Amino acid sequence: MEPRAVGAPATVGTSLPRVDGVAKVTGRARYLDDLDAPGVWYGATVRSKIPHGVLDGFDLDPGYDWAGTGTVFVTAADIPGKNMILLIEEDQVALVPVGGRVMHVDEALALVAAPTKALAIAACAAVTPRITVKPAIFTMDAALAAEVKLYGDDNVYKQFLIRKGHARDAEFEAIVAGAAHVIEGEYVTGAQEQMYIEPQAMMAEWREGRCYIVGSMQCPYYVHKAMKALLGCGPTDVVIAQSVTGGGFGGKEEYPSMLAGHVALLAHKAQRAVKIVYERDEDIAATTKRHPARTRHRLAVDAAGEIVAIDVDCVMDGGAYLTLSPVVLSRGVLHAAGPYRCAVTRVRGRCVATNHPPHGAFRGFGAPQTTFPYERQIEKLAVLRGEDPLALRTRLALRKGDSTATSQILGASVGSDEVLTAIRDCAGTPPVRAGVAANGSPLRRGRGVCFYFHGAGFTGSGEARLAGRAQVAVVAGGRFEVRASSTDIGQGAITMFTQIASDALNVDPARVVVVDPNTRDVPDSGPTVASRTCMVVGGVVDRCCRRVRGRLEAWGREHGVTGDLAALANAYVESGAPELADMVQYEPPPGIAWDDATYTGAAYPVFGWGACLVDVEVDLDTYEVKLLRCVQAIDVGKAINPIIVKGQIEGGTLQALGWALLENIVYREGRVANASMTNCIVPTFADAPELETIMVEVPYPFGPSGAKGVGEIPMDGPAAAVANAVSDALGCAFDEIPILPEVVAASRDRWRLA
Amino acid sequence: MTPETAYTRPRDLAEALAVRAAQPSWMVLAGGTDLMVSAIHKRVPAGILDLWRLPGVGAITEGAGGGLVIGAGATWLEIGRDARVAKAWSPLALAAREIGALQIQARGTLGGNIGTSSPVGDSLPALLALDAEIEVASVRGRRRVPYAAWCTGYRTTALAADELIVAAHLPPLAAGTHLAWRKVGTRRAQSISKVMGAAAMRVECGVVTDARIALGAVADRPIRIAAVEQAVRGLARAAAAEAARAAMRGAIRPIDDVRSSASYRDLVAENLVARFFSGMI
Amino acid sequence: MKIELEVNGQPRTAEVSPWARLLDVLREDLRLTGTKEGCGEGECGACSVLLDGEVVNACIVAAGQCHGRRVVTVEGLARGEVLHAVQRALVACGGAQCGICTPGIAVCAAHVIDRKLLAGKPVAEARAAVRELLAGNICRCTGYQLIVDAVLVAVDEVGDS
Repeated sequence: MEPRAVGAPATVGTSLPRVDGVAKVTGRARYLDDLDAPGVWYGATVRSKIPHGVLDGFDLDPGYDWAGTGTVFVTAADIPGKNMILLIEEDQVALVPVGGRVMHVDEALALVAAPTKALAIAACAAVTPRITVKPAIFTMDAALAAEVKLYGDDNVYKQFLIRKGHARDAEFEAIVAGAAHVIEGEYVTGAQEQMYIEPQAMMAEWREGRCYIVGSMQCPYYVHKAMKALLGCGPTDVVIAQSVTGGGFGGKEEYPSMLAGHVALLAHKAQRAVKIVYERDEDIAATTKRHPARTRHRLAVDAAGEIVAIDVDCVMDGGAYLTLSPVVLSRGVLHAAGPYRCAVTRVRGRCVATNHPPHGAFRGFGAPQTTFPYERQIEKLAVLRGEDPLALRTRLALRKGDSTATSQILGASVGSDEVLTAIRDCAGTPPVRAGVAANGSPLRRGRGVCFYFHGAGFTGSGEARLAGRAQVAVVAGGRFEVRASSTDIGQGAITMFTQIASDALNVDPARVVVVDPNTRDVPDSGPTVASRTCMVVGGVVDRCCRRVRGRLEAWGREHGVTGDLAALANAYVESGAPELADMVQYEPPPGIAWDDATYTGAAYPVFGWGACLVDVEVDLDTYEVKLLRCVQAIDVGKAINPIIVKGQIEGGTLQALGWALLENIVYREGRVANASMTNCIVPTFADAPELETIMVEVPYPFGPSGAKGVGEIPMDGPAAAVANAVSDALGCAFDEIPILPEVVAASRDRWRLA
Repeated sequence: MTPETAYTRPRDLAEALAVRAAQPSWMVLAGGTDLMVSAIHKRVPAGILDLWRLPGVGAITEGAGGGLVIGAGATWLEIGRDARVAKAWSPLALAAREIGALQIQARGTLGGNIGTSSPVGDSLPALLALDAEIEVASVRGRRRVPYAAWCTGYRTTALAADELIVAAHLPPLAAGTHLAWRKVGTRRAQSISKVMGAAAMRVECGVVTDARIALGAVADRPIRIAAVEQAVRGLARAAAAEAARAAMRGAIRPIDDVRSSASYRDLVAENLVARFFSGMI
Repeated sequence: MKIELEVNGQPRTAEVSPWARLLDVLREDLRLTGTKEGCGEGECGACSVLLDGEVVNACIVAAGQCHGRRVVTVEGLARGEVLHAVQRALVACGGAQCGICTPGIAVCAAHVIDRKLLAGKPVAEARAAVRELLAGNICRCTGYQLIVDAVLVAVDEVGDS
């Protein structure tokens, strides 16, 4: 495959207003809960209050009018296929069977459906599960001690060991021992709730033996795969359609399969459409969150300040089922050494089982958890050497031709200098260190920076294995349909595809129709994850459009039809010829070699690069940290739609700032104790600083018009920049997030106020 | 099926009091910002006595001797925008402006805050420090309860089963009284308080002669800190701040919960109270 | 009980429990699904509507209390096909992403603009005021920056007209 020329096309690179914008600002966009179906019933889920045990059975309260209301009660015994949510490993059940193991609080045990939501809630409350309680484990250390066995003999779902520049531990330790300085640290990052504003929602209906499922989701084909197994049916017996989706951020990557299974089972038994929309508290309590992580990091440097060795040992809490943990851990370890030159690295990662609800996908997907440690370590190196933090990072940064921890030689599209320079140029002077607030509180201010990278697309040979496909077809009215299973979850996929197709076809964007994804009408483009939709699927759509254009133009020449492509399309359809459509499958760029056994080689087709600057102000009376300034410079290859890309960067940035300062999941004995929007807080308008965004474009030759991933990268860096800034303000290290006021208060004996 | 909830929207206070006397179990509902939260999971009330915009109990009027009377039905928007409240009883105005955000301020009422008496009710420490009196009414007549005697426990009050809250009376403050307010919440807006404090401090000839210090979210009800109030009497500003800090130690017993920790609340309360004195302008 | 109310300028009636939520009356009884539910606890602002001219969370307003009152929902912001200035600005400035919070934001921002709550403020002050006035509307997608941009663009447009 030839690299595509980076040209100056008509709509790519312009901020075409979102195709779905008017529908969204007028309230016309229809989310799952806005959809109606005749005679639809409402489902609810009977959940465990016990973190670990054996389900002995259910008591149904006869005080509830089961028969009179017609309420349907579904247990694992009603599952026609295999009782599991098929993803990576066959370990997570859709409903715990009687006699089976309950693995976490709020695990689904049974289901009810009733004519109204109020009745469904009442019916749910009328079911009491009987559970024999077993000892549970909630910490990574308890999991590693394996006194309670949840998974295998060691509670380790997955582990990785990546070595570079050495063969054995003894050799590695000798190199570390020879270093001038070794900076050691332990870093802890917390669980994080995605907090999409539309809760998980799904509806199912069976018609003539076929199951139709529609709902809020990122990955229709993940749901499709899971439903084939759960319902024991063939690929055409179940159709999955995405409704307009009110945010995902990873939270609607794997969990929707569970919910789809539940509504499918209820609809089957109730013989009517059944809808489940989670209550907010239920959504927070039961669905996946970002993996908490603990990372030990050693940074060995020589007297000149060059890095001689990096040693990382990262443990993540996977929760009660394996779900996506191996892949999250993989991305975590692949980013753990950071974007710095180093000949000798050792990265170890383990993901362990606990009785927490399963942790899962969340924007960044493991990389934020390992970026935080290395950027705190680099900051400590800057402090140790008295070196300017940005200059230090610039000195050590990976550049084209350098090799990463997996010995990947970086080729094109390395924007490290560009993003670091952008931050340097806009940095200005740091804030005045000491001050007094209007209410008399003493203030201390500080500045932090960070530098980071993020692999775009699936890891290693993942994209080749996925073989994502998209189809473009000529349809009536001189229009072109883009058929892909990539979903728009707010990130702008529909608009981005429209722009790419419009340019490739050389037609007005209004002539492009991006089909609402469903598994009957669109091919499997791979999941909507991993910053791959634009770079990978957008590239496939681009190629597909060019082929359709070629074929249509050839048809026009053959049949003596002239005019622009829209006119040709119109003429083609009116000629009554069979549908002109083309399907293209992703082809990895040349030279991508990855060894899954040794975890070496090209971990990602390309990396995005980012640098961030944060100024903070700490109130010494209340220990609150206020964000004064946040600048992000991100290399996105090419911004297909600059405003949408800016929105992606800013949204990810604020999620990272929230993760750093105030987002906190309070687990008590395996239960989310703050499962409400009032107590499980995310930043409001008033918490967000004015965000400064610098888009850097170092084109990726194999992405559409040079584009590479942007969705995840802004999430990776800001937390470390915040911690670096707070550490700067108070003169002591903050190695754990969130840096709640309570944490700052507890640190006051360590302050060294300048 | 559950019988339908009865509903009454009285035309005036007299009618409201009659319904209240006849149906003491009915929910007394004003803006609903507390009682309606997660309503679909709550027990359906037998009846609703709707006091929203009840004529005669929503106004902010000047009372006898330079005081102010705030009707129970006044919303946070109205209180927060009232120039008289802002000028002479600023802790209440500042509290009003920090409650929730626009949507909550448009519906939440002073009477609701006083009636539900949540430990984190944002206006309550202000009422305490401002020495407010709560006026209640019933078919039996009217009475006034000093706010200091209003809260009888966790979310319980001196309100009788046939009574309704009519108003809060704010007495005029003596010359030389400095006022202060500080809310420390979970975030910068739309937040639940972790600690809040209100202070009315009288300074004459450079020394503190009287102080009312009230804290919220650190006990089962808003509380005055008598130890501090006594310790600062007769001291100059800087000395008062130090004495207040010392007197705060052990003065409160806050709790750990999902929003914060006992030690944080204790420490911040101490800092705020000390700052009230050292930060007086 | 039967409630009569004015919704988006039209008289409407509904037979509902007085304890029902205004949100459900709008969405289920009147089939106005533009108003969204994000939390059910008055926290996220996705269900923001105007009730007698003030912006409120419809998930914590009792239906009985709406009898005889005026409600404006997101469906009532446009005049026919002509969108409210802030709706146009939200589209143009990228202030809507997933869109689920957008109806609430549009209602609240339109209220702020129509009530001229930002009138006469210099830009920096107006931006800070927008952040305070819209703090009851949580958006998880945008980082808020482009929404603040949109509100200011709409203020300028309305001010000029």
